[in-house]
Amino acid sequence: MATTTVDRTARTRNDASVAARKRAKSPYSNWFYLPAAIIYGVLFAVPTLTSFYFSLTRWSVFDSKFIGLQNYVTFFQEPGLVSGLWHTLLYGVVTSGLKVVLGMLLAVLLTSQIVARGYLRSVVFFPVLVSTIGVGLMFTVLMNPERGLINQSLSIFGITGPGWLTDPHLALFSVALVDVWKGVGLATLIYIAGIVSIPQEYFEAARMDGASSWNTFRSIIIPLARPATVTVIILSLIGGLRSFDLIWSMTRGGPGFTSDVIASVIYKQYQAGFYGLSTAGNVILFVLVTAIVLPLSRFLNRKEVEL
Amino acid sequence: MRLRQISVAVLATSTLLLGACSAGSLGSSDDSGGGKVTLSFLVDNGPETVKAAEQLAKDFTAKNPNVTIKVDTRPQGTEGDNLVKTRLSTSSMSDLFQYNTGSLFQALAPQKNLVSVNDGSWVGSLDKNFSITVTSDNKVYGAPWGQFMAGAILYNKDVYSKLGLQVPKSWDEFMANNAKIKASGVDPVIQTYQETWTSQLFILGDMHNVLAADPQWADKYTKNQAKYATTPAALEGFQHLQDVHDAGYENKDFASAKITDGLRYLAQGKGAQYPMLSGQLSQLIAENPGSENKIGLFAIPGTDASKNGLTVWSPSGVYIPVSTTGAKLDAAKKFLAFIASPEGCTSYTAASKPTGPFAVKGCSLPADVPPAVKDLQGYIDAGTSSLALEFLSPVKGPALEQICVEVGSGIRKADAGAKLYDEDVKKQAQQLGLEGW
Amino acid sequence: MTFRRNYLLSFVAIVASIVVFVVPFAFIVLTAVKDQQQASLLDFSWPRHWQLVQNFVDVVQARDYMVIIAFINSTILTVVSVAIMVILGSMVAFVLQRRKSRWTGLVNFLVLSGLIIPPAVVPTIWVLQKLGLFSTMPGLILVEAAFGMSFCILLFRAFIATIPRELDEAAIIDGAGPMRLFFRVILPLLRSVIVTVVVVQSVTVFNDFTYPLYFLPGDQNATVQLTLYNFSSQFGTEYNLLFMNILLITIPPLIMFLFFNRRIVAGMTAGAIKG
Repeated sequence: MATTTVDRTARTRNDASVAARKRAKSPYSNWFYLPAAIIYGVLFAVPTLTSFYFSLTRWSVFDSKFIGLQNYVTFFQEPGLVSGLWHTLLYGVVTSGLKVVLGMLLAVLLTSQIVARGYLRSVVFFPVLVSTIGVGLMFTVLMNPERGLINQSLSIFGITGPGWLTDPHLALFSVALVDVWKGVGLATLIYIAGIVSIPQEYFEAARMDGASSWNTFRSIIIPLARPATVTVIILSLIGGLRSFDLIWSMTRGGPGFTSDVIASVIYKQYQAGFYGLSTAGNVILFVLVTAIVLPLSRFLNRKEVEL
Repeated sequence: MRLRQISVAVLATSTLLLGACSAGSLGSSDDSGGGKVTLSFLVDNGPETVKAAEQLAKDFTAKNPNVTIKVDTRPQGTEGDNLVKTRLSTSSMSDLFQYNTGSLFQALAPQKNLVSVNDGSWVGSLDKNFSITVTSDNKVYGAPWGQFMAGAILYNKDVYSKLGLQVPKSWDEFMANNAKIKASGVDPVIQTYQETWTSQLFILGDMHNVLAADPQWADKYTKNQAKYATTPAALEGFQHLQDVHDAGYENKDFASAKITDGLRYLAQGKGAQYPMLSGQLSQLIAENPGSENKIGLFAIPGTDASKNGLTVWSPSGVYIPVSTTGAKLDAAKKFLAFIASPEGCTSYTAASKPTGPFAVKGCSLPADVPPAVKDLQGYIDAGTSSLALEFLSPVKGPALEQICVEVGSGIRKADAGAKLYDEDVKKQAQQLGLEGW
Repeated sequence: MTFRRNYLLSFVAIVASIVVFVVPFAFIVLTAVKDQQQASLLDFSWPRHWQLVQNFVDVVQARDYMVIIAFINSTILTVVSVAIMVILGSMVAFVLQRRKSRWTGLVNFLVLSGLIIPPAVVPTIWVLQKLGLFSTMPGLILVEAAFGMSFCILLFRAFIATIPRELDEAAIIDGAGPMRLFFRVILPLLRSVIVTVVVVQSVTVFNDFTYPLYFLPGDQNATVQLTLYNFSSQFGTEYNLLFMNILLITIPPLIMFLFFNRRIVAGMTAGAIKG
């Protein structure tokens, strides 16, 4: 108390000089942003910003003509889009939901004392390494309704397997399952990291209290692995909403338009040479994903801070 | 620590340097020194196309030792379309490229992107039906690649003779045949929707019948005065697709089968009829040797038996982009002249069995062509054939194949499918800046 | 937790893992060594004739040794672009996590945008062309780096958050400037996270097929995924070769994984705190 009242002016001067020094030479230099900003700005931000303009044109690579909002009007009349919008949401929610649940369960399993833990961790992570196109081709073969391994195996048990990729009601769901198969390893890894970083004292305390494993899971792992959950949800939701490679390599949006998502609708317009229209679709997808992910991530992160 | 940093830095810079020159070709390095010219030639990656391209390149170099031609491949279908357009617009196209004729050729903005070959003496020897499909603003831009094709029904003659069936001339006769074929335990109509483009044959291959009902239909269509959904004759194609599905005449695995499956079913007599492009005969022969002798071809039947005829596709073309200049341009023009000469046809035939008439005068088919090709030739000789819509009108929607899959799988009804396609087409017409849209 | 339960659980887990993960992989391997006829049956069976060498040679020789060229290209692409991502990304993440300034909001927004927005292909080509980088390896490297940067920054930021600020302060008191603080104090602590980022991003870049297709066209520039793409139509029916090709291009990520297996998980844990 005494020291603070000794010399008011000296203190202010001192403060000011500290602030000045900080501004002049913060240990966290803003220049660190620069190299990344140049690459990102030139190759990502500029193309993205120009795409807003191009989305208002009828653009055929060879020339472009300003047509106002007409591309957006056309896009919303595109029959694939209305169902594509719904498919995109469904796909994003199903894949990220399953990845959260399965990822967490697998992570708990793979951090517990079980036999062959190393083997299990490797095998769950393995699909992450295989290329999406490779996985797509492989499962297209496995899911072949007549000759595929899946339905052949089911028929041993007397079950007639469905046309996984050819049944209009099932195709999108099948692709989503393959997406989970391929991506769950990464989610598990993030969860394992989250669980391992929980201080052992919590588990010891729980053991002292005689808590059951279910209680440990519910009151320690779930809340304390929350950052991992946030990461998994956000990453897999973004991945799911933007998903394209796998759908394209497995069904190309078919049969018909029944597994079309926005990204594949955009790609088809792009392929057809409707560059303006496709770019308009890009903008729509951008708005959709932002409208979902931004508030969600803000919400989840705020909770995290409170915790 | 410092060592680590340094090693990372060295690694990064050395790889950057390496990166500056990508691996390139492992084959012989072909510098264009000493009057030698190397041309890159982009073709689609269909096995028969690649074989023919490599054969022509070899034979051309044998005649012109100073010119080497290196074949590059690109994907087929819309992915390939996109690649070609992107590379043209960025002046990074290969020195020569093979691409569709007709509406897809027109979409390349030929005046701006391609070199006209009007001055070539060989242009006069081209079949008129071909040259109009590579002409823009009265200038010819391409040499023919391959042969004329038909969009028709390939059928197994053994099945037909066993059941005592006649080649149908009308849709009703066709459906009557189907009923008998089905009763005998053979799948009447083969469909292969794993390769979606194969679903369009009933619509696209029906064009002769549409034009028989209204010879001006294609022009009206271009001017937005006629629609698929509102022209009964044009709607027939969609209806046929639905009929075949509703009657259960498709092979059971139609949704998951591919062309190669379809061709095998046809060759083995597991399926009786396959609406297909006759160009696929070369794949049929390659994969099911010997079977070509029992496969015939007939035009897709329409309502009126007396007006039935064949819908024909023009061969694809070989073009020179404006980015090819100097000695390369001269060499490229020479190669085009070679392609459009009887020698070129011979060279092509050596690599891939012809499946239809050539578009170059003086090129003749070998005597031992398969029966299906003879059937095709019969329609052309009789004058009962028309070009497909994509050669008569620049208007072609990109989603037809998906719509056809839906109609042929029972997901969407024929009239709804036709209406949807009319909407799809509108985008293309507007993109091209056509009048009346 | 009792031993008996662990064994039961382990047994169930191992059986399930075999059905779900091992069988599909075994299917790839078995099909890759079959002859063409048997492979086209698509069934899960023991190969009649082992054609491992024959199929391998066929795939390697196809289209003028395209696979080898593709492997060289993909390796260069992956190594350089990931190196850029790691160094530049960690620098951004460091400042972003540590310093609240007027830039923070904007940078956060851009990072998230980079993760969310699907890249606009044709405008990117247009920009690359203006820079003279279109259809060149450096161009594609920078594009991959730009598109992958956001993910790296997010991962790095999350883990830098677990490094106590006291460490920075101690270093600053010792007189370290920004560069020294970052490269000598922070970066070493990130070592285990870097392994994770390197593995994840290398796999992503190595397995990417869309961007090379557009930004680096031409057979002489092919990357490994593009060879698969060519085979899948050119050898539409030759499943043995297609699967052999899948197998071949899965080997580099696999080696990387086996090499770093232990350290990946270690990297994702907050091991940095203790370091």
